Amino acid sequence: MANYPLSSYRVVDFSWVWAGPLLGMILADMGAEVIKVETNKRLDSARLTPGRSTVGPETDFVFHSINRNKLGITVDMSDPRGAVLISELIQISDVALDNFSPQGLRKLGLEYERLSKINPQLVMISLPSAGQYGSLSNIVTYAPSLGALCGYSSLIGYPGERVLGEQTPYLDVTSAIHGAFAVLSALYYRERTGKGQYIDMAQIEVGASVIGEAFMEYFMNGRVLGTMGNRSPTMAPHNNYPCLGEDRWVSIAVDTEEEWRSLCDAMGNPPWVNQKRFSDKFNRQRNIEELDRLVSAWTINLSNCEVMDILQKAGVAAAPCLDLMERFSDPHYAERGTHLQVEHPATGIDIIAGIPFKLSGTPGEVRRHAPMLGQHNDYVFRELLGRSESEIARLVEEKVIF
Amino acid sequence: MAEQALSGLKIVEYGNFVSAPYCTKLMADLGAEVIKIEEPGSGDESRRHGPFLNDEPHPEKSGLFLYLNTNKLGITLDVKTKTGQKILKQLLKDADVLVENNPPRQMADLGLDYASLKQINPRLIVTSITPYGQTGPYKDYKGYALNTAGLGGQTMRTGEPQRAPLAPPLSQSHYQSGAMGAAATMSAIFARSSDGEGQHVDISEAEVWATIHLGHGVHLGVFEGRKSIRSGHRTISVYPWCILPCKDGYMCLIAIQGFQWKRFLEAMGTPEWMADPRFRDRISVALEYADEMDAMVEALIIGKTKDELFEICRRDQITFAPVRSIEEVANDPHFKERGYFVEVDRPNTGTLKYPGAPYKLSQTPWQLNHPAPLLGEHNEEIYCGRLGYSREDLVKLRKGGII
Repeated sequence: MANYPLSSYRVVDFSWVWAGPLLGMILADMGAEVIKVETNKRLDSARLTPGRSTVGPETDFVFHSINRNKLGITVDMSDPRGAVLISELIQISDVALDNFSPQGLRKLGLEYERLSKINPQLVMISLPSAGQYGSLSNIVTYAPSLGALCGYSSLIGYPGERVLGEQTPYLDVTSAIHGAFAVLSALYYRERTGKGQYIDMAQIEVGASVIGEAFMEYFMNGRVLGTMGNRSPTMAPHNNYPCLGEDRWVSIAVDTEEEWRSLCDAMGNPPWVNQKRFSDKFNRQRNIEELDRLVSAWTINLSNCEVMDILQKAGVAAAPCLDLMERFSDPHYAERGTHLQVEHPATGIDIIAGIPFKLSGTPGEVRRHAPMLGQHNDYVFRELLGRSESEIARLVEEKVIF
Repeated sequence: MAEQALSGLKIVEYGNFVSAPYCTKLMADLGAEVIKIEEPGSGDESRRHGPFLNDEPHPEKSGLFLYLNTNKLGITLDVKTKTGQKILKQLLKDADVLVENNPPRQMADLGLDYASLKQINPRLIVTSITPYGQTGPYKDYKGYALNTAGLGGQTMRTGEPQRAPLAPPLSQSHYQSGAMGAAATMSAIFARSSDGEGQHVDISEAEVWATIHLGHGVHLGVFEGRKSIRSGHRTISVYPWCILPCKDGYMCLIAIQGFQWKRFLEAMGTPEWMADPRFRDRISVALEYADEMDAMVEALIIGKTKDELFEICRRDQITFAPVRSIEEVANDPHFKERGYFVEVDRPNTGTLKYPGAPYKLSQTPWQLNHPAPLLGEHNEEIYCGRLGYSREDLVKLRKGGII
C-alpha cells in the first residue's frame, strides 16, 4: 500500500453540506480513513443540490468532489442501538468532526464531554457558525449570514458604493482549511502527550482572522474600512480590465516603478503615460479612475490571454479572470492536475477538484470515489465493530442501520 | 512555559508580505518556534504597507506586519550574499521546516532549491507558497493576490453583471494559501514521522482557489456549459438571497426554506403583496421579479435598524443577519465574551488590540507569548546563542550589510 501522511488515523465525520466535509476531504486526501456518517432519515443536502440536471442521491458531482476518498455508513443515531454503534466506532477512532449547532450536538449525545469519556485520546473539532458559547452561539444561519456577521461582507462592493457582500460559502472553505490545520496540530500534541482535546472553531472568528489588517486599521486609527472594489492601498493600476469577447477580463497589478515602466512599454508608450498625473505611485493612486479608463482602452482590443502573455513577458503581473470551462481547459492547470477525472458507478466519469496542495514525497490522490449511501456499512459494522451478519441484517431491517 | 500543540517544532521563515508570514503565524501561535528572516535595513514588505499607527509610516508601526508576525523571533540576513546563504543553511541543518514564498527561479539561483536543501538536511520540509506553484507553464509568472484570485476563478463570482468582476478583499489569496500551507506542512510532518524523510510542499495560490474553493463545480461548465454568474447584491437561486439596505446599514436576507421566509413576512405584519400569485414561487421570484421584490422588501425594513431587525430574526429563528461593519465586529459582545480580540503590548506602539484565535483548543490554547519582532531583534540570540558567532563576528556581519 502506498504511504500517505495520515494512513494511521481514523476520522469519524458527522458533518454535512460544505464546511465539515471539506475539512474531512483534506484529511482523506492525505490518507486518513474518514468514515462519513449519514442517514437515510435525513440526507446530506449536498447529495441533492437543487437545480442540477441530475437526479437522486448518488449523482451530485459536487458531493462526489468534496467527499471523495471517504467511506460512508448509514446509521440512525437517534435510535439507542445506533448510538451504541457510534460509541463503539468513536472508541477505535482518532478524530471526530462535526458542524452541528451546539444544541444539535448535545441532542444527538455527541458532545465532547461524553465522547472523551469513551475515548480520552480523541481529538474532536466542531465548526458551528459562532462557536460553542457566547451570545450568538445559538444563531441559525446560512453561509452568507456568517460573512455578514464577521465584517467580511462589509468590504465587498465597488469602491465607496453599496455593500454587495459575500454571497458564496466562502467562509465554509476558509474554515475547513484552518480546521484541518488545527486538527493536525492537536494530533501532533497527542502524539507527544497521549492527550486528546476539543477544538471549538467559530466560523465567524475564522472570517475575522483573514481580514486582520482591517481590524488593525480600526484599533490603530479608528478608521472603518468599507467597500473597496479591486483597489489596493499601495498599487496602481490594480484592477480587472475588459478584454476582447463577451464578459472577458484580465487582472493587472502594478507595484514598483519598474513594473509601471514595463507596462507603459508593453502598451506601446501612448502619450498619456508621460502625463504628470501618472508620474508616480501617489499620482496614479489619486487619478486611479482615469488611469483605469486608459488601461481599459488598451486591453479591450486584446484577448485576456494575450494580455497575460504580453505583460508577463515584460515582467508585469497579469492573469485572466477565468470562468469554469476556461479553468478546466487552462494548460497550466491541466499540467498540474488541478482538476481530476475519476470513475463513479452512478455517473461514469466525474470531473472533480484536484488535491489542493502537492507533497513531493507523499502526494495525495483520489484512491476511491465518494461513498454511495451506506456503501461501507459491512466493513464498519462487521469488520471493525465485529457485528455478525445476522445482527446487521436485523439492524438494517429495523432501520437502525439506515 | 506551558506545553503547546506545536511546541518543539523548529521553523524558519524566509518569506515576505502575507502568504508565508500568515502560514508561520498560525504555527507560531500554537507554539512552534519560528525564526523569521528579514532583509537587512528594509525588512518585510508588510512593514511598509500599513495601516500605520496614527497614520505615521514607520517600519515598526505597520498593523499588517504586527498582526502577521506575532510569536516569531526575528533576525536580519541578506540571503542574496554567499555568507547569507551559508548562514541560512546552518540554520536549516537543525530545522524541521522552511516556509518561503519566493519566485521558484530565485530560490534556484540562490542554490536554495529543494534538491540542494535536502542535501543539507534530509529531514527538512520545505513549504513553498507561490502564485502559481513549482510546476506548469505559468510557474515563473508574476502574480499578486489580485491575479491569482482571477486565475483561480474567485473573481468571476463577485460584482455586478455589466461591470468589472471583483477580486476578494485584502490579499485574500495570500491568507487562503498561507492557511493551506500550514495544513499541508503538518501533513508532511506526519509523513516524516513514519519514514524520517522531509519533502517539498508545493502550494499554488491560484490552485488553492481552483481546487478546494471552486473545483467542485467545474463539471457544470464542462458538461452543462454554465458560467459563473455575477448578480450584484443577490444570488439567483431562491428569493430571498440578497443584501438590502435598512435604516443604518445593510441586512443579509437569505431563506432557503419557505417557512423561514414566511416567518419573516409575518414578523413584518404580512404585507398585502404576499397575496400576489406571481410571488408564490420563490424560484420564479428570483428569476423574474427580483427587482420588484427587492423594492418592496426594502420598504419593509428601511425604517428599522440592523439591531431591531436582528432581534426580531433571533426571536423568530429567522436566518437573516446584519452586515456588521468592522467597527461593530470590533465591539461586538459575542466576540468580547469569547475573548476574540486580544491586547498586545509592544515597543513603538504601546498596547493595541489585535484579532486573536480562529479556533480554541481546549488543552493547548492559542497564545500570544511575544509580539511581532522588531527588525533584527533576535540577531544576537540566534547568531551568538545558537550558531556560535562571537559578538565581534556580529559587528562584521552588520558592517558587511549581511545582517
